Amino acid sequence: MSKTLFDKVWDTHVVRKIEGGPDVLFIDRHLIHEVTSPVAFLGLKSRGIKVLYPERTFATADHNTPTINQHLPVEDPLSANQLKALESNSNEYGISHWGLGHQKNGIVHVVGPEYGITQPGATIVCGDSHTSTHGAFGAIAFGIGTSEVEMVLSTQCIMQPKPKKMRINVNGKLGLGVTPKDVALFIISQLSTSGATGYFVEYAGDVFENMTMEGRMTVCNLSIEMGARGGMIAPDETTIEYVKGREFSPKGEAWDKALAYYKTLKTDADAVFDKELTFDGSSIEPMITYGTNPGMGMGISQEIPDAAHAEGGAATYAKSLGYMGFSEGDSMIGKKVDFVFVGSCTNGRIEDFRAFTSIVKGKHKADDVTVWLVPGSHIVEAQIKEEGLLDILTEAGFTLRQPGCSACLAMNDDKIPAGKYAVSTSNRNFEGRQGPGSRTMLASPLVAAAAAVTGVVTDPRTLIENVEELV
Amino acid sequence: MAYDKFNILTSTAVPLAIENVDTDQLIPARFLKATERVGFGDNLFRDWRYNPDNTPKKDFVLNNPIYSGKILVGGKNFGSGSSREHAAWAVYDYGFRCVVSSFFADIFRNNCLNIGVLPVQVSPEFAEKIFEAIAADPNTELEVNLPEQTITLLASGEKETFEISPYKKDNMLNGFDDIDYLQSIKPEIEEFALHLPL
Ligand code: SF4
Repeated sequence: MSKTLFDKVWDTHVVRKIEGGPDVLFIDRHLIHEVTSPVAFLGLKSRGIKVLYPERTFATADHNTPTINQHLPVEDPLSANQLKALESNSNEYGISHWGLGHQKNGIVHVVGPEYGITQPGATIVCGDSHTSTHGAFGAIAFGIGTSEVEMVLSTQCIMQPKPKKMRINVNGKLGLGVTPKDVALFIISQLSTSGATGYFVEYAGDVFENMTMEGRMTVCNLSIEMGARGGMIAPDETTIEYVKGREFSPKGEAWDKALAYYKTLKTDADAVFDKELTFDGSSIEPMITYGTNPGMGMGISQEIPDAAHAEGGAATYAKSLGYMGFSEGDSMIGKKVDFVFVGSCTNGRIEDFRAFTSIVKGKHKADDVTVWLVPGSHIVEAQIKEEGLLDILTEAGFTLRQPGCSACLAMNDDKIPAGKYAVSTSNRNFEGRQGPGSRTMLASPLVAAAAAVTGVVTDPRTLIENVEELV
Repeated sequence: MAYDKFNILTSTAVPLAIENVDTDQLIPARFLKATERVGFGDNLFRDWRYNPDNTPKKDFVLNNPIYSGKILVGGKNFGSGSSREHAAWAVYDYGFRCVVSSFFADIFRNNCLNIGVLPVQVSPEFAEKIFEAIAADPNTELEVNLPEQTITLLASGEKETFEISPYKKDNMLNGFDDIDYLQSIKPEIEEFALHLPL
């Protein structure tokens, strides 16, 4: 029978099907961090069970970590306690631990691919919903709860009903200044935050085929924001080129065997999806969100839609706009921006800093904007320096912070103050997501850069001077 | 951790008629710093429930003494956002045993089932009826009957059936969890692991 890419990877990992229940799914790679793992380890302890395959789990500290002065002890006792718990649990159970200060430390979804832990055709889980990022490699990757973290630690399996399948096709040439983030925000704005709930998405079409791995990761990362369990893109030469030779990638004979498997990972021509959607890539503009969920996004030159055209019902819509201090019909262009945040597992990779730099080069940071540039990992940090981006950024009045999740969820000190407006390259604009009372506008690194040098929401296309340099 | 058994729950309900209630509202990230599963109920809906100076916000349902009960009735797309199981823990720890909505986000629903909170998905029309019934009488009772898979507005007798997989239903009725099951098939898992492509 014809199969989709998703079917192939899923079916390969089903240990057992339960009549009238979920599938028992084997997990190849498990990523853990300090926030959602401690209670899972407590569970193991109280049941007196071991970690079945410690070599399949990797621990990194990211959610809670400070992004300055990482060489100093962490001040917040609760955060410090979680970091300590991750370390001692990892040591006790023989799990690789990349804690704060470790050279491999970084955001879990950034370091996983960088070190080749992420592989095409693998099943990957983590107690973080943006695990969907790894789908960019043709892996089945999704976020799980702490009970499931305990399941994976103890048996390397979780129990999940097989989701339905959706394919989203985007073809055509993307316009100037339109990045993978814009493609994703556009799709979410079309589907709403619940439009893909119950589905696993495959992205197809030349827009994704032409994307770099970094771009594909940005797109797959945001799959969860339309409710999808995850999203994936069939591996191709771009994928294989990226994966080859990384520290944890298969080597020698194992690589040949893996390669043969990777080549099988595509949807059969006549395979059927439960739902299929197609969009025209050339119609997508640079996007920005105006509300309090990622589905409330629009082209940057548009006006805030009225309630009649918005998802979520009039009361919810009014609450959302009230929180943001915006009104129906407003233009976003020219709105005051107090903070700019570039980072997170959505847009904290090297390409994102290249894009940001391409706009701010030769300009200067606006005086009354606070800008946090937070690389996703030490590798990204090093690339920024090696490529000379840091010099350009410094020249333009910016500084670079140290890797971590930072203001994406504001568990550390990087909090946007109440009432302040932030243009953020992260993934969620929920009420208070970036700090109690914070107001978030999600956008691409280009839009973030345009805001950083002008102090207001600005269409980055008006600032693009050197098109060749643009990523 | 095995959890409480769930059979028939008869209770008043707390109405929260807002759509897209996300996990950052259920439990804001700054309250995720514990290394044990205790006390999360105090911070359920923290920023909707309390002012920055920690005084309760009078207009929020959880602070309105006329509403109480073990059932939380939410708007469409309840629990969207992060995978934090802490959101379900907070719901449980506050004292809810059942959440009713016309539509749930996937991960939140899963997390609830894994800790013994029953997610009951009803039609938008029935959700509307529940909201209306509570508005008319905050003491109105709902019966959630897991063996029969029904939810009933006791005053009017109006009822609807809901879906749950036979496996999860059995777990909820008996207070079993998935880890018990997975442990029991460990040899099969270890055998399976020998034949993986990667
Ligand atoms: S950057 Fe944000 S979304 Fe990504 S792993 Fe960290 S907290 Fe989660």
